[in-house]
Amino acid sequence: MIVQPVLVTAAALFSLGIYGILVRRNAVMVLLSIELILNAVNINFIIFDSMLADSLMQGQIFTIFIITIAAAEVGIGLAIVLMLFRNRQTANINEFDLMKW
Amino acid sequence: MEIYEVVTYFTLLLLLFSAARVVTTSNVIHAAISLVFTLALTATLFLLLSTQFVALVLVLVYIGAVIVLFLFGVMITRAPLGKNAELDNDKNKLIGATISGAIFLLFSYILINGFDGEIVITSGSSTELLGEILLSRFVFPFEIVSFVLLAALIGGITLARKDEALVDEDQI
Repeated sequence: MIVQPVLVTAAALFSLGIYGILVRRNAVMVLLSIELILNAVNINFIIFDSMLADSLMQGQIFTIFIITIAAAEVGIGLAIVLMLFRNRQTANINEFDLMKW
Repeated sequence: MEIYEVVTYFTLLLLLFSAARVVTTSNVIHAAISLVFTLALTATLFLLLSTQFVALVLVLVYIGAVIVLFLFGVMITRAPLGKNAELDNDKNKLIGATISGAIFLLFSYILINGFDGEIVITSGSSTELLGEILLSRFVFPFEIVSFVLLAALIGGITLARKDEALVDEDQI
């Protein structure tokens, strides 16, 4: 099987994630878009691992690491969104302008 | 064309559709459910590339845990359930589409030219071997990652916990 369709699909997932981050207004939706980007990276790692037939399976191992880090990131991210919601009563990222003057 | 390739291309097509739905739907719950479909199709792709263990980890960790966390986040932040026109920044739509389209075109150009004629031979990978490598050669990063996860857990609890001394009575 040729690799380009899979690689282009991963690139499309990445750009859809970028689009979501730029367009979405709800902070939880922005975190969902970040998951799409991480998923695109996972697909790239796996397809390159299969393509190179690496004896150390580094693509798969790094994919597992990325999944773990993504879980940690979602936990921390949602905790921060929760704190912001408690202080501002909204999850709209346009209203989190505390560092803007 | 073999049946294997047909199944793979069909999976890729569905993956694109569900991923597009995550970022375009105007319903918060539908976005989360579409992300479930996207991740399930990614796991299918991983199975088709015969990396079974990673596919199972993806299903267990992402679909099992992360999506539940997202749904909790949606409910706790009281995002309006159902159709919501306020979910997108309409003035950002054009610039977002331009930037992401440019990134997609650039990546596609590089990837299509750079990996012309490269093929994948799915020979099957052994989970036993993966476990051995993970706990011998990569044992130090593995432990670091477990420590990061512990730190994130404690940090998340500390951040999200109600601090009675700091919260006014009229706030939640």
